[in-house]
Amino acid sequence: MRIRLRLFAALREQIGAEDQWLDLPDGVANLSDVRAFLRAQGGAWAEALDPKRAVRGAVNQRMAQDSDPVADGDEIAFFPPVTGG
Amino acid sequence: MHSSDSCAITVRIQQEAFDLGAETRLLRAMPSGEIDRRVGAVASFVGTVRDMNEGDAITTLTLEHYPGMTEASIRDIIVQATQRWPLFAATVIHRIGPMRPADEIVWVGVTSAHREAALSACAFIMDFLKSRAPFWKKEVHAQGERWVAARDSDEEALKRW
Repeated sequence: MRIRLRLFAALREQIGAEDQWLDLPDGVANLSDVRAFLRAQGGAWAEALDPKRAVRGAVNQRMAQDSDPVADGDEIAFFPPVTGG
Repeated sequence: MHSSDSCAITVRIQQEAFDLGAETRLLRAMPSGEIDRRVGAVASFVGTVRDMNEGDAITTLTLEHYPGMTEASIRDIIVQATQRWPLFAATVIHRIGPMRPADEIVWVGVTSAHREAALSACAFIMDFLKSRAPFWKKEVHAQGERWVAARDSDEEALKRW
């Protein structure tokens, strides 16, 4: 499965990545699996996506929960809690 | 239950400053340009850049967003507002990029026949924008720069709706 990964704000800066296509291994089925897979890359990925950190996710530009499914071609985003307005 | 079909929805994300008077006149105008005489209440909110945050003087505040998702999520929030109150028009303008203290960041404008609907819808849209629309603030002060942390009170504010 191939997904487009977008990172924003502090996550983008900490990880040093912004927008890329990624191949995910079999068994990655939902948003929390994607986060766990990225965390397993180690280094800044592990730190920024640590389970203790408040991280929000979106699937195809809609706010998503950990259990929301991901599919081939999806746009997955991770970012800190929002602070607009 | 009201319908979003009859409400003119406008969402703009832009670098440039906006003119409050001009935006209010646009909000009250129908597509023909003529003023909408059904309107009896115009409610609006302006968010501005404070000069201090957590004890530090702010020199610059930079807003980042998620192009596409930000616009769609604000539109969704407005549509929810139109289902709760009878609105004629609702506009949200949110600036991105670098701003300075006293600059206007966000404007929410709503029209209705009566004030209660306009005031409530304006507050509802702003409350959900704060917690649901993907924007992030980074502030620069004398000691360096930092990303602004989300406030629990913003999430708490949604419970009244």
